Amino acid sequence: MRALLQMRLLVIAATVAVIVVLPSMLDGYHQGLAARVAIYFIAILGLNILTGYTGQISIGHGAFMAIGGYTTAILSHDHHMSLLLTLPIALVISFGVGLLVGLPALRLSGVYLALATFAFAVSVPQFALKFSKFTGGSNGLQADESYSHLKLYVVSWACAGISFVLAFLLLRGRIGRAFRATRDSPVAAASSGVSLPVYKTFAFGVSAAYAGVAGSLFVIATNGFAQPQEFGVTLSLQLLIGAAVAGLGSLWGVLAGAAFIGLLPTVSASAPLIGSAHGQDVVFGLIVILIMLLLPNGVVGVLARLARMRQARD
Amino acid sequence: MSAFARKLQAVAQTRKTTTVSTGASLPVIAALVGIAVFLLVGSLSSSIFAQQTVAGLAQGAVFGSLALALVLIYRATEVINFAQGEMAMAMTYVGYQLTIWGLSYWLAFALTLVIAFVFGVAVQLIVIRPVQHRSVIAVVIVTVGLFILTDGVVAWIWGADLKFMAAPFGNQVYHVGSVAFARQDLGVLLVSILSVILLWLLFQFTKIGLAMRAAALRPAAASLVGIRVNWMLAIGWGLASVLGAVAGLMTEPTQFLQPTMMQAILIYAFAAAVLGGLESPAGAVIGGLLLGVFLNLTGQYVGFVTSELRLPAAFVVLLVVLVVKPNGLLGRKQVRRV
Repeated sequence: MRALLQMRLLVIAATVAVIVVLPSMLDGYHQGLAARVAIYFIAILGLNILTGYTGQISIGHGAFMAIGGYTTAILSHDHHMSLLLTLPIALVISFGVGLLVGLPALRLSGVYLALATFAFAVSVPQFALKFSKFTGGSNGLQADESYSHLKLYVVSWACAGISFVLAFLLLRGRIGRAFRATRDSPVAAASSGVSLPVYKTFAFGVSAAYAGVAGSLFVIATNGFAQPQEFGVTLSLQLLIGAAVAGLGSLWGVLAGAAFIGLLPTVSASAPLIGSAHGQDVVFGLIVILIMLLLPNGVVGVLARLARMRQARD
Repeated sequence: MSAFARKLQAVAQTRKTTTVSTGASLPVIAALVGIAVFLLVGSLSSSIFAQQTVAGLAQGAVFGSLALALVLIYRATEVINFAQGEMAMAMTYVGYQLTIWGLSYWLAFALTLVIAFVFGVAVQLIVIRPVQHRSVIAVVIVTVGLFILTDGVVAWIWGADLKFMAAPFGNQVYHVGSVAFARQDLGVLLVSILSVILLWLLFQFTKIGLAMRAAALRPAAASLVGIRVNWMLAIGWGLASVLGAVAGLMTEPTQFLQPTMMQAILIYAFAAAVLGGLESPAGAVIGGLLLGVFLNLTGQYVGFVTSELRLPAAFVVLLVVLVVKPNGLLGRKQVRRV
């Protein structure tokens, strides 16, 4: 157990060191790319709290990102608020929306919840189109401040670090146990005094708050520009895929999941044969299916298997 | 009836004993009759209402076909195929390619359905079967991967720009009194309903249909009486793919071909399937027709629901059904042991 703890601390220290050193070795474009990985990291962290820990599927997290993103864009555009200040507001608003969505979700589970959240993901960008007075419609909305690549990188990874620590603290204690109990056996959880409605709704709220912050940063990362198309179904699907690649129900693979959805399109675009946007989709879809067929538990599953092998050898 | 068929029948029916209520209840039937009367009276009193109703029925029939495809697969394996719309879209492109190569429309149509069947079976065998017994999330993600993959392959081969296909029904308009019906709407309605009826006949009156029902409802018992359950599931995917292809080809005249053509329709099909009851094939078709008419009429008469809000309106329908009557109009009430 102590060896495991030491190893984890070592991994965390190494990761933090890499993240701190990295920007000095990258040009602006790649700093922006790395910042995107941080943004996906936050969103997948949130999705994992919901889907991995309480077992509620959501294919709608792109919608929560849209809510956070538009909060930032509107506050900056209409009220000239500093972008950094909009982050906590986006967090609170998406937390509230998450609670609201979590209430009807109490009655749903499995594929029904997947369907409902998917339809939610499709609907939210449509609202942005409908209420164009506030959102700029299909032309989008421009925040009146924009960050340099380096500043974006620093802010995104700082938020990602805080998010990770908070998630870790939340999940290791009483609340995390209640979440896992809700997932593994709702009946047993309820009979040990865990209030299912409270914890399930709370998980939705927390998860949405993470996605909301990620959405704010997402808008900042696109030069402060919020557009309905950016928050389409694909985004929600990507987040779910990232969570699956990372491995559900564990925080340790999330970085791999975020790097997967953040970097794969760029990597495959630079490959000679598949250089087009459509080629990227082909590679992406193919790898997703292969990962699900070959690595059922994502990156975490591989790590766990390696650890077991090492133990067996010792 | 042979002894074998009787055994199958028995297997297919055992599930009924474990459900509380089956099929449509009296209030649901009354409500459906009420809606039908309302639509009929409205159509007789206003020609715009009549036109919108018929156009809504035509669109609803397309939703219903795709919803039925979803329901077929859901009944057999409790899996929702998120790639159903994209598979349908890919098959529509195949049909398009066949007409480009010089086949007449209806020949291409028939050939496309055959290809769609093989495609559906292949998808089930290659990517679905290995994850079938894992969690709901795993299967959902595989179908999501399939969604992205199909999208990418189609855009890679044919490009993402609009394509046009020969119109199967022409642009004539029939006039009945002061009401104008587009021949195309009637054709779409006819073809969709016909394919649903053929499928129903297959399930009700052929041995393979019976075997498929048995495999879907009671896999263990079905395999004990000698049904190859795995093959039945694969055939189910094939038939679902055929229905999707019909839906895609019937969508093409109004939307033209593009890789995103079925994405909105998939959402409508979800809503339709849930409205009818995810377990109920008849419910899927009725749900599709109701949803099509509902969307068209609200679009016509409720000023607030502009075209941007069509999808959210379907979402609201889906949500209301899930919260108020989760089993849909015709679904069975599920009872689960703890």
